Amino acid sequence: MKFTKLLTGAVLALGLATTAMAQDKTKVGFVFVGPVGDGGWTYEHNKGRLAVEEHFGDKVETVFVESVAEGPDSERVMTQMALNGADLIFTTSFGYMDPTINVAKKFPNVKFEHATGYKQAENVATYSARFYEGRAIQGHIAGKMTKSNIIGYIGSYPIPEVIRGINAAFIHARKANPDVQFKIVWAYTWFDPAKEADAAKVLIEQGADVVLQHTDSTAPQAAAQEAGNVVTFGQASDMGQYAPFPRVSSIIDDWAPYYIARTQAVMDGTWTSGNTWDGIGAGMVGIGKISDAVPADVKAEALLLKASLADGTYHAFTGPLNKQDGTPFLAEGEVADDGTLAGMNFYVEGIEGDIPQ
Amino acid sequence: MIRLEKRPQASRAFSLATPVLAVVATMFFGGLLFATLGKDPIASIVTIFWEPLFGEFSFFYRPQLLIKGAPLVLIAIGLSLGFKAGIWNIGAEGQYIMGALFGAGVGLAFYPAEGFHIFPLMVLAGAFGGWLWAMIPALLKVKFGTNEILVSLMLVYVAEQFLASMSLGLMKNPEGFGFPGSRNLQQYESAFNADLIEGSGMHWGVVAALIAVIFAYVLLTKHRLGFAIRVTGEAPRAAKFSGVNPTRLVLFCLGTSGLLAGLAGMFEVSGPAGQVTIDFNVGYGFTAIIVAFLGRLHPIGILLAGLLMALTYIGGDIAQSQLGLPAAAIQVFQGMLLFFLLALDMFTNYRLRFGRTEVA
Repeated sequence: MKFTKLLTGAVLALGLATTAMAQDKTKVGFVFVGPVGDGGWTYEHNKGRLAVEEHFGDKVETVFVESVAEGPDSERVMTQMALNGADLIFTTSFGYMDPTINVAKKFPNVKFEHATGYKQAENVATYSARFYEGRAIQGHIAGKMTKSNIIGYIGSYPIPEVIRGINAAFIHARKANPDVQFKIVWAYTWFDPAKEADAAKVLIEQGADVVLQHTDSTAPQAAAQEAGNVVTFGQASDMGQYAPFPRVSSIIDDWAPYYIARTQAVMDGTWTSGNTWDGIGAGMVGIGKISDAVPADVKAEALLLKASLADGTYHAFTGPLNKQDGTPFLAEGEVADDGTLAGMNFYVEGIEGDIPQ
Repeated sequence: MIRLEKRPQASRAFSLATPVLAVVATMFFGGLLFATLGKDPIASIVTIFWEPLFGEFSFFYRPQLLIKGAPLVLIAIGLSLGFKAGIWNIGAEGQYIMGALFGAGVGLAFYPAEGFHIFPLMVLAGAFGGWLWAMIPALLKVKFGTNEILVSLMLVYVAEQFLASMSLGLMKNPEGFGFPGSRNLQQYESAFNADLIEGSGMHWGVVAALIAVIFAYVLLTKHRLGFAIRVTGEAPRAAKFSGVNPTRLVLFCLGTSGLLAGLAGMFEVSGPAGQVTIDFNVGYGFTAIIVAFLGRLHPIGILLAGLLMALTYIGGDIAQSQLGLPAAAIQVFQGMLLFFLLALDMFTNYRLRFGRTEVA
């Protein structure tokens, strides 16, 4: 027990000492789940990191470690950053949740920001983006663009965030085109170009002429380009190299404003824990340029939808809506509350198939 | 004219020197690689190899070496038995996953009851899960003559699907707001594979790895079964004449390696990882193959190789954050280690000859 205390004491003392030493320069650490060149999720987080560097110049130092496995490896990397004097650490994957909490306990003076999780602490804040708002716009364009009335969807993992996206896209695709059907393939990966390309090809073979993806690589874009007449949307990043066709628009995660604001708060000593869930309005979710492959009237509708989501006059989950099994979900005019959205584990009425268990 | 000539006898000296030479060659060419990336090669190598062991924060990194190295050693010891006998279990990753699922499953089934019997039962279940998964390629091989390399490898992907299914379904944390992943066993005292001395990194998996090293050593040097393994690998025909039963050997080698991989998975899920999650497996089962060969399929060698491999992982992460080395460069660096080992290994049985080929 004595040894234990000694060790924890040593860790704390060092944590304090190193933070004290680094007072002149604020040190910000980033833990990434993929390679910074993935072109999607991690790529955008890294852009946020670069924006912090650019904004603060000499006043900050950023460090990052990429392709960090969730679990004990991430815990080690976070500890290492804290030991080396980081003042603020962004951990950018859901699976880093418990490790972040563990490490935060050992370093009460270091601030932690965990993306997409639900556990907070005195020095652990959480943040995520309302990607589903972007999905609503995608769904609308997809519903208008499809000729076969079959829209393919590459899911990563059947978790609330992904299911929320499928529902939001489906609701708005159906509104735009009542004959639309969704075909969903689960890739069980966030980033695996080979698997994603296979999934896209399967969907295209089954007649889908629009493919939406919730995975991070550009492989589905390439597969659609090869097929010739299939519409896609960029995911997490703009994927503009596939514009104007097959990529007709995109959902972009823009973490830069948040990362800059939180770094500023640490510098000012005003940082507090909390949960941030921002959407199009706050600029955390961006909609990539809608290309000319989309008819002008559809583009105008999409931009109108975007404006109403941004200023809050319209919510992507507005009743009347039923769940897949026909039971009521939202009454006429009712909007979904954040708790329901955060833990969403059901399809809305009209989507075929089961969520894998 | 340079040519290779088969040595009349395998060089024992070279066999022992190869791992050391491979490490030195990796340091040299890795340094070159880092230099071309615009990083100081000396500082990079020092950061990777010195920093975790003797640097400012070594009090934290040394225990991490045990945490990272234990599953590698545990799995590699099991694999080495089969590899020595020419039985190729490439699917330890799958057995690792199944061990974790069985072990965690038992623990979660008892939740929230506390008791001293829970953890031992989890250990047994974990070992059983890994053993069971390895028995599939073993039985298919002895009954139908299938190739254990392919079957065991393909079963990794089956196990990954089980893992995803369990994280999303049966073992999902009911208090997790619908997110995937099980309860955290670190917060369930009876099931938590905690450090025996807190902060030392010494959990039951480390103890098991050390015991496995000793047992493997005794088995290979003192026991009849060890003799059977060695003779089968070196001279299969002679093995037959000396009364080795190949069927039993296949079942033993695959079974033992599966069992140890299962144990490694169980100790990991109940300790450092804590949770059954979709991405629980991080490649220990595959890295252990490198460790087994790097350690010359010798128990003590494997112990050292496991720690060395752990060192490159931990040092690699430090180099990433402190020197800005990309993760891919670290992975190339680790790959070099195996590459040079295999390349240099050739000189155990061959030697270079300079000059003209003489016509006999």
